[in-house]
Amino acid sequence: MGRKAKFDESVKIKKGPGRKARKQPDPVFKKGLIDDDKEEKKLSHRQKQRAARRLKKKKELVEKKKALKEAKKNVAKVNEKVVEDKSEDESEDSEQENVEGFTDDNKEWLKPKQKSKSKEYNSEDDENDSGSEVEDEDVEEAPKKSGKEKYKVGKLDDLFVDTDEEQDNDPDEEDDADNENKMDYNSDSSDEEKDDDDDDDDDDDDMLPIEKANIKLKKKQKIDKKLADDELQLNISKQDVFAFPSEEELQNPTSLQDIHQRIKDVVTVLSDFNRLKDQERSRCEYTELLMKDLCMYYSYNEFLMEVLMQIFPVQELVEFLEASEVARPLTIRTNSLKTRRRDLAQALINRGVNLDPVGKWSKVGLVVYSSTVPIGATPEYLAGHYILQGASSFLPVMALAPQENERILDMCAAPGGKASHIAAIMKNTGALFANDANKDRTKAIVGNFHRLGIVNAVICNYDGRQFPEVIKGFDRVLLDAPCTGTGVIAKDPSVKTSKEQKDIQRCFNLQRQLLLAAIDCCNAKSSTGGYIVYSTCSILPEENEWVVNYALKRRNVKLVPTGLDFGTEGFVKYRHHRFHPSLKLTRRFYPHTHNMDGFFVAKFKKFSNVIPEPFKDEEEDNEEIKEDAEQNGDATMQKKSKKKNTPVKRPAESVAVEPQNKKNKN
Amino acid sequence: MKVLSEDRTKKLFEKLTKYIGVNVKLLIDRPDGTYCFREKKDRVYYISEKLLQLAQTVKPEHLISAGTCFGKFTKTNKFRLHITALTYIAPYATYKIWVKPSAEQQFLYGHHVIKSGLGRITENTPKHQGVVINTMSDIPIGFGVAARSTTECRHADPLATIAFHQADIGEYIRSEDTLV
Repeated sequence: MGRKAKFDESVKIKKGPGRKARKQPDPVFKKGLIDDDKEEKKLSHRQKQRAARRLKKKKELVEKKKALKEAKKNVAKVNEKVVEDKSEDESEDSEQENVEGFTDDNKEWLKPKQKSKSKEYNSEDDENDSGSEVEDEDVEEAPKKSGKEKYKVGKLDDLFVDTDEEQDNDPDEEDDADNENKMDYNSDSSDEEKDDDDDDDDDDDDMLPIEKANIKLKKKQKIDKKLADDELQLNISKQDVFAFPSEEELQNPTSLQDIHQRIKDVVTVLSDFNRLKDQERSRCEYTELLMKDLCMYYSYNEFLMEVLMQIFPVQELVEFLEASEVARPLTIRTNSLKTRRRDLAQALINRGVNLDPVGKWSKVGLVVYSSTVPIGATPEYLAGHYILQGASSFLPVMALAPQENERILDMCAAPGGKASHIAAIMKNTGALFANDANKDRTKAIVGNFHRLGIVNAVICNYDGRQFPEVIKGFDRVLLDAPCTGTGVIAKDPSVKTSKEQKDIQRCFNLQRQLLLAAIDCCNAKSSTGGYIVYSTCSILPEENEWVVNYALKRRNVKLVPTGLDFGTEGFVKYRHHRFHPSLKLTRRFYPHTHNMDGFFVAKFKKFSNVIPEPFKDEEEDNEEIKEDAEQNGDATMQKKSKKKNTPVKRPAESVAVEPQNKKNKN
Repeated sequence: MKVLSEDRTKKLFEKLTKYIGVNVKLLIDRPDGTYCFREKKDRVYYISEKLLQLAQTVKPEHLISAGTCFGKFTKTNKFRLHITALTYIAPYATYKIWVKPSAEQQFLYGHHVIKSGLGRITENTPKHQGVVINTMSDIPIGFGVAARSTTECRHADPLATIAFHQADIGEYIRSEDTLV
């Protein structure tokens, strides 16, 4: 947009720093230069000719009008009393409305504004126009004044007039004829004021063909614009309906951006399906497409994506996937055996670490935003003042709520983060058993425990499932079971592609056995405890609610509130599963809602040491067989599990899809 | 987990006395229960009697560690203190050396303490005395043996070694696998 030069001296350049004060100001020309310009310009031969012709025409026109007016006056006199005459044609009518209150009675003193306006307008035109005439300039002064006065009288009306004029004779193209018309007014204004309002009407008759064409074009443009506006409105209401891609498009994916856009579109469609859907497509097709795109965009395998889609609604799913792409903030846990959080924070700040408390819910956690030194190798770290630990790993220990002088077992302890947290809460009293099945990883426990100054721990290397045979009677047991790690995809992206139904199955079978073993290790008669906490860093209900539900059926345990005041409730219903209603006491944590790793925490209270007779129901039977197959561990197992898979999985899907199909038909 | 032989007990206590002097008996007579030294695969663990009882239920081949590991007996039957013993040695140590912040890092990488890095030293430290090395903010970061007495230190040139490095907490990262 270029800046318009204001050649008119009357317009003064504003002083003071304006919005664009620093930029180049409007060009300033010398006074003489502009004046000279005006004077020098002379009409060309043709222009003169045209002007003469126009003048002639005008005169004729005026003559005509006079005759017309005379005739009209006669008519008006007859119906003098009638204020609004219906018989008059429409143009006349509108004119009267616009020039409110102007009747023949008061015409002496009340003049239609249009006139003055037009003069004003005209004068401006003249200045801009190269073809200015001497007489014109003479008259200029007087009307301007009167025009200004009029403005003061009736501003509202001015507005009307303004718009009127704009519509009638668009000022962007100053046709000579137009100009001429107005010049005429000026000259005749003394004797023909009252006729002015009619002039515009009659202009139509004597317009040049180009003018007519212009008006036609304007009209057409207006209509076009209106149509376009309507269409726009329509589009807005329909919210850019998403066109389902064709087979070809699906076969040849273009770019990740396109896929991302398509994901967004499909999500919007699915969020308001009835309104935005393509009539020929079912919801199934949309979800199928979405799944494929998500798999492609976030590089998951289809199985895991399918499972995730069953857990989350689409909108949340995308959020989850996005959150799983970025790493959680680095958190550290103060070792309360050696230091206090405030001292540690001060020491680390002195080393150039930017940190903050992790939240109100923890008194030992710190979030590290940035650091100039390696946070895992500072002298404070080596001296055992803190340990690197995800915020979510605090939760199971907080749920366990260890007491001093208790005997506590951490069944899957490596690398000892949670176990050392327990020891710190117990203040190195009582006894802590840290067990891990992997001998190599127990070395990490040893290192961490000695570094953190934990002296009440026994570190052992058993398969957790055999632990009840070794030692029982713990006051509290923490089982942070091995899992598929679907909550910590940011940490280990290999989960995206490596997990299959078989892996999940293997995981939850192991988890069930471990949980039963953990419950067996616990002593229900403990005066202070009798609690078991089960946690995983997975978000799959198969590994969480289902396992908990299984344990509830098999052992004399009940769920109790975890004591964590945030997190979402565990599922009570998931696909075809109907879990025990108390499962809503368990807690789920998601990367996208709580900004920590995906996590699940359940807290049991054991109320009897008696192991009840295992009762059989259908579902459990299936699992039993699967477990056997798992232990056999050969080709037959896979066949069997596959067989099991299909009936378990498919019906659930069809249940989920059917009602929506019905909706579509309606 | 077996009881240490007479010979080994003597060697262990001799070694500990080098660092913590008469405070050794504080390790044995504790107000919060009885503690004892036990040996497992040549490693010596310091453990409370109560925890020991529980630890004995775990089969030796499955027991990785119990209580605090103090060090190990070498093949030549000498006792060597591990950095893991620092938890108990540091609070009872009689002679200490403080190193400047600039020299911390060097020591944590396994170097000796030189005069230029020396911040403070306990008065009257004799030559070849076991010392605990601290940072200036009193965080114990390892232990070693004084190469010079306090008086000798005053006149030593800036690059002279003040204390020989024996163990430092950097080992928790450098040699996690061989800690115990």
